[in-house]
Amino acid sequence: MCGIVGLLLKEPSLRDRLGELMTPMLVGMTDRGPDSAGVAIFGAPAPSALKISLFWSHGAADWNGLSKSFSEKYPGAHTFTPNGQHAILVTDVSPDDVRGWIKDSAPQIYLLSVGRSIDLYKDIGAPAEIVKRYGLDRMSGTHVVAHTRMATESAVTPAHAHPFTAGEDFCLVHNGSLSNPHLVRKKLEPLGISFVTDNDTEAACRFFEWRLREGDDLSTAVQRGFSELDGFYTFLMGTDKELLIVRDAFACKPAVVAEADDYVAIASEFRSLAHLPGIRHANVFEPKPQEVYSWKV
Amino acid sequence: MEGVKQFDLAVTPLREVNRYLHHDVAASGVERVKILNADGAHSIAVGLNVPLDIEVDGHCGYYLGGMNQLARITVQGNAGPGVGENMMSGSIRVKGFASTAAGASAHGGLLAIQGDAALRCGISLKGGDIVVGGSVGSFSAFMAQAGRIVVCGDAGDGLGDSLYEAVIYVRGSVRSLGTDARFEPMKASDYEAVRELLDAAGFEHDPRDFKRVASAKSLYHWNVDANQEY
Repeated sequence: MCGIVGLLLKEPSLRDRLGELMTPMLVGMTDRGPDSAGVAIFGAPAPSALKISLFWSHGAADWNGLSKSFSEKYPGAHTFTPNGQHAILVTDVSPDDVRGWIKDSAPQIYLLSVGRSIDLYKDIGAPAEIVKRYGLDRMSGTHVVAHTRMATESAVTPAHAHPFTAGEDFCLVHNGSLSNPHLVRKKLEPLGISFVTDNDTEAACRFFEWRLREGDDLSTAVQRGFSELDGFYTFLMGTDKELLIVRDAFACKPAVVAEADDYVAIASEFRSLAHLPGIRHANVFEPKPQEVYSWKV
Repeated sequence: MEGVKQFDLAVTPLREVNRYLHHDVAASGVERVKILNADGAHSIAVGLNVPLDIEVDGHCGYYLGGMNQLARITVQGNAGPGVGENMMSGSIRVKGFASTAAGASAHGGLLAIQGDAALRCGISLKGGDIVVGGSVGSFSAFMAQAGRIVVCGDAGDGLGDSLYEAVIYVRGSVRSLGTDARFEPMKASDYEAVRELLDAAGFEHDPRDFKRVASAKSLYHWNVDANQEY
């Protein structure tokens, strides 16, 4: 199963309400994915420094202590903004250096996302609990990519929850299962692309991000994916500039889009869209198999 | 209004509505039931066995009218996956589009969809009639055993793959036929069937515009010389 949720607000005055509008969408997909949930929120880009979303995987989070230890290694200015087990680090230190520091000095930390626009929260538990845990209903931004998970092929851990990210300001959520993720990994690993989990979706995420770095736009990358990725999927992807959805040729995994004057809303099922303002006048449709639908911010 | 009962799913739990339709409505004298704010709920009006008119306002989730007997259900919006699956009799009319597997395995009754139907429409059909005002997605009528499907628009890939005795009539183009499906000439009885089904569904088209797709029956018997290639 699994549920996917996406919302892009075209009307700027609604952007303060992104989390409030998204929450019932996410909670509405609880039956499809009760074991974990995750949300990638894209907002106005940070002016210069990168934002890095971090997750404290086990034990009580001590972000102050971690900040001190980070300062010892990298004395320049940085901020940790804690939110329970999550924190957002804003720093000039390169993401690769941060990864190295986590590996050596803070192995309890998962790096969830890197970018100027993206903040990422994911955890295990019911979607409503996760919304409450991190105050996701109070978040603002331009668009959101979210997921509720019912694990079928790998462990239930925060790291295995969706969205998956790769590179900067890119994330992907997946309803379905891939049959050749190991083959995709074998192609990507010799190119220096490393994986954090054994999850099938991570292979798709890293494949698309690799194609973006090779100069494809997202639609072109997705077209290549039709021949490279085997399995069932509805993929919903977000970048700082774009929201994109695609279903495989057999379209076994559902998706419904509602396009209104003020927003584009996407979910696995209509029941997650029913509460949205003006939904009765929205253009509601199901994405056709192997057709790429994307919306710019 | 006498004889009419109204439920609002924003207020009344669906389970209560379905319980009423299963047990209480038969002796109540109510002839029409209106269900408001479907809001994508699953299994609305499933398993009915009463000659009753039901109108559903809004878009429905999975399996609307599944296993229906006798009831005449109208959905003002779109229908989710598996609308009318395993229907036995009665009718379901969808004013919007229908998602995947519409009318799957239906044994009887009429499913009329005004908009498009997505993939696998009429999969494993067992005797029901399906009329689609728009187009149907790929793999429609897969392994359909009995019954009739009328498509006023186009059909996707693999139409009628592994068909048994069900017959498909298509007005528009067919992207590809499935294994063992073939176009056949329309006979007088085919024109009559299309006319009857279009009238029942309330669509105005000329039966002469339709093509017949049926099984070549080459899969009916094991052919050792085919070497598993069909």
